[in-house]
Amino acid sequence: MNSPAQQPTDPAPGPFESALRTRIDRGEKALVPYMTGGLGDWVNTLGAIASAGADAIEVGIPFSDPVMDGPVIQEASQRALEAGTTPASVLDQLSAADVGVPLAVMTYANLVYRFGWDRFAHALVASGVSGAIVADIPLEESEPWCAAADARGVETIMLGAPTGSDARLRRVVARSRGFVYAVGLLGVTGERESLAGTSSEIAGRLKAMTDKPVLVGVGIGTPDQAAEVCEVADGVVIGSAVVRRALETNSPEAVGELVGEFRRAIS
Amino acid sequence: MGEPDASGRFGDFGGRYVPETLMPALIELEEEFRAAWDDPEFRAELDHLLTEYAGRPSPLTECHRLSAELGCRVLLKREDLNHTGSHKINNVLGQALLARRMGKTSIVAETGAGQHGVAAATAAALMGMDCVIYMGEVDMARQELNVFRMRLLGAEVTAAQSGSRTLKDAVNDAMRHWVSTVEDSYYLLGSVMGPHPYPWMVREFQRVLGSEAREQSLQALDQQLPDVVVACVGGGSNAAGIFSGFADNPEVSLVGVEPAGGAAVGNGVPGIVHGMNSFLMQDDVGQVLEAESISAGLDYPGVGPEHSFLSQSGRAIYESVTDAQVIEAFVLLSRTEGIIPALESAHGLAWMVANADMLRGKSVLLNLSGRGDKDVAQMMDLLADRL
Repeated sequence: MNSPAQQPTDPAPGPFESALRTRIDRGEKALVPYMTGGLGDWVNTLGAIASAGADAIEVGIPFSDPVMDGPVIQEASQRALEAGTTPASVLDQLSAADVGVPLAVMTYANLVYRFGWDRFAHALVASGVSGAIVADIPLEESEPWCAAADARGVETIMLGAPTGSDARLRRVVARSRGFVYAVGLLGVTGERESLAGTSSEIAGRLKAMTDKPVLVGVGIGTPDQAAEVCEVADGVVIGSAVVRRALETNSPEAVGELVGEFRRAIS
Repeated sequence: MGEPDASGRFGDFGGRYVPETLMPALIELEEEFRAAWDDPEFRAELDHLLTEYAGRPSPLTECHRLSAELGCRVLLKREDLNHTGSHKINNVLGQALLARRMGKTSIVAETGAGQHGVAAATAAALMGMDCVIYMGEVDMARQELNVFRMRLLGAEVTAAQSGSRTLKDAVNDAMRHWVSTVEDSYYLLGSVMGPHPYPWMVREFQRVLGSEAREQSLQALDQQLPDVVVACVGGGSNAAGIFSGFADNPEVSLVGVEPAGGAAVGNGVPGIVHGMNSFLMQDDVGQVLEAESISAGLDYPGVGPEHSFLSQSGRAIYESVTDAQVIEAFVLLSRTEGIIPALESAHGLAWMVANADMLRGKSVLLNLSGRGDKDVAQMMDLLADRL
C-alpha cells in the first residue's frame, strides 16, 4: 500500500507547528481557539484571540451540514451562511487581515472538493493560512487532499479518536502535520459539564507515539477542564466555548477575555 | 450489480467520508457483514424472518385495467403488502440481525416518511433492542401517523430541527448521535446511501425483492423479462433492490424516477455529504441545497452512489416527475386497481403515465415499494376539492 500515512519521513515543521513548539519548548501549554469565519465581527475577534495569548487559531469555514459539530457551532455556521459567507469570502478577508499568529481552517470535504483540492491548497497559501482540518476526511480518503496540501506546504492536521486502535493511531500520527488533534470524547463538538475520562486517555496514548504536539479538542469547555487535560496533553483546542461567547456578545473584547482565562489556567 | 472496490466505490462514487471517530466502526461493520453474509446460519435466520414475519415473497400483480388505460402491460411488485407496509422491512431485518450478532444493544436510525423508522422500530421491538429515530420536524408534522406508530412500537422519536428539518437533517442528527454512542449503538441506515459499506450492504439486503421479481416476471411473461423496470429514487434502496434482479440483462431498460424538487441525479453534480461521494443538489460553492417534494421519503438532495454510477455508465436512466403528476398517479392506481400507493411509489407510475406513448405495447414492471395508508391524511387536504 502506498498510503501517505506510511511515508517514513516528516517534512520540517511548518509555521503552525513551529508556533506550538515554541510555546511547548518553554515548558508551557499550547492554546488553539476556534472561531467561525463569517460570524459577526469575526476578523477583529481573531485579533482579540491572538492578543489574549492564543498560539494559533482555527478558523471555521461554515458548511450546510456539519455532522461533526454540536449545537453551538451549528448555530454559528448557520448564521454565517445566512450572512453570505463562502469559502472564498473567508479566505479573502483572511488575506487582508494581520492576525499575528498562524491560522488553520477547519471545514468539511465538500467545500474543498468543489473548490478543487489543489486550488483550495493554493488559495490557503495565498491567504496566509498555514494549516487545514477537514472533519470528514479520515485517513482512507485523505490521499487527494493531502497530496495537494503537501505539495503546497499546507499542514494537514489529522484527528486521533478514542475508538482508534494503536495501529490506527500510529498511522494518524504519521500523517498529521501541525499537531495531532486528540478527539477528547465520543461525540460532536460542544462543551460538557465535566472532562471526559477519554480526554486524558487519548492524549496519553498519542503522546506515547509521537514527539509532535498533541492537543486535545472536543468537550473542553472551561479553563479548569483545560488545565486538567493539560496535565497530559501539550495543549488544547477550544471551540464551542469561544463561539458561544461570540454568539452571545458579538464582542471581540469579550471573546478575548475568555481566551485570556484559558491562557492563564494552562499557562 | 456487484461489489464496490476496496475503497467502497462504484466507479467514481461512494467512499467513506466520515469523522475519524466512526472509521473503526465502519471497518468493523464491513467485516461483520461479510462474515454474516457468508454464514449459512445467518442467511437461514434472515430468510425465516422474511418469510414468517415479513410475509415474503411479495406477490407480482398484473394490472389489467391500468394496462388497458396506459396501453402497456403493467406488472406491480407488491412490496406494499409486506409487514410494515413497504420494502424497508427487508433491509431492517437484515441489519437488525447483524446488530444483534455484533452485540449491539441499541439502534439509531433516520427516517423521512417514517416507513424506515417504523420498520426499524418494528425490528427493534422484535429483537428487544432500544431504538432512537431521528425525523425532521417538518416530516413529523406531515407523517403524524407514522410518528405514533414508532412510539407505539417503543421507539424514541427525536425531531431534527436544523436546516430544512427533513430527511437530510435527520441523517445529520442520526450521524451525530452515532458519533456519540458508537461503542454500544448500531446505525441502521435506511437506504443505499451513506459511507461504505452501507450502500452495498443495503442493496444486498434489498436484492431479495429483485430476485423474486425476476422469477415472477419470467412466469408471468412466458419466460420473458419485462422490457422496462421502473422504481422511484430518493436514496434509492427500492430501486437498487429491483434493478439488481435485471441489471445483468442489457435488454431490460432500468428507469429511476426522482421528484422534480429532489432530483439529485437529474440536477445535481458530484459532491460529498453523509459519508459518500455521489450526485448532490448543491450551490456553486458546495453548500447542500434543500430538496422540496410532496413525498417525505424522497425529499432528499442526494442519492445513493451506485445510482450515480449506473447513471454515469448509462445502465439506468433517471428522470423526474412533478408533485402534480404524482397526485394524479396516486388517484389513478387507486381508481383503476384498488391499490392506494405510497406517494413515493406513485412517482414511478407518474413517469409511466407521462411516457405512455413510448411504452405502448411493452411490458413494464413497477416496484410498488409501499402502500399509501400513511399518506392518506396529507392527501385528504390536497384532494379535498375533488372527492
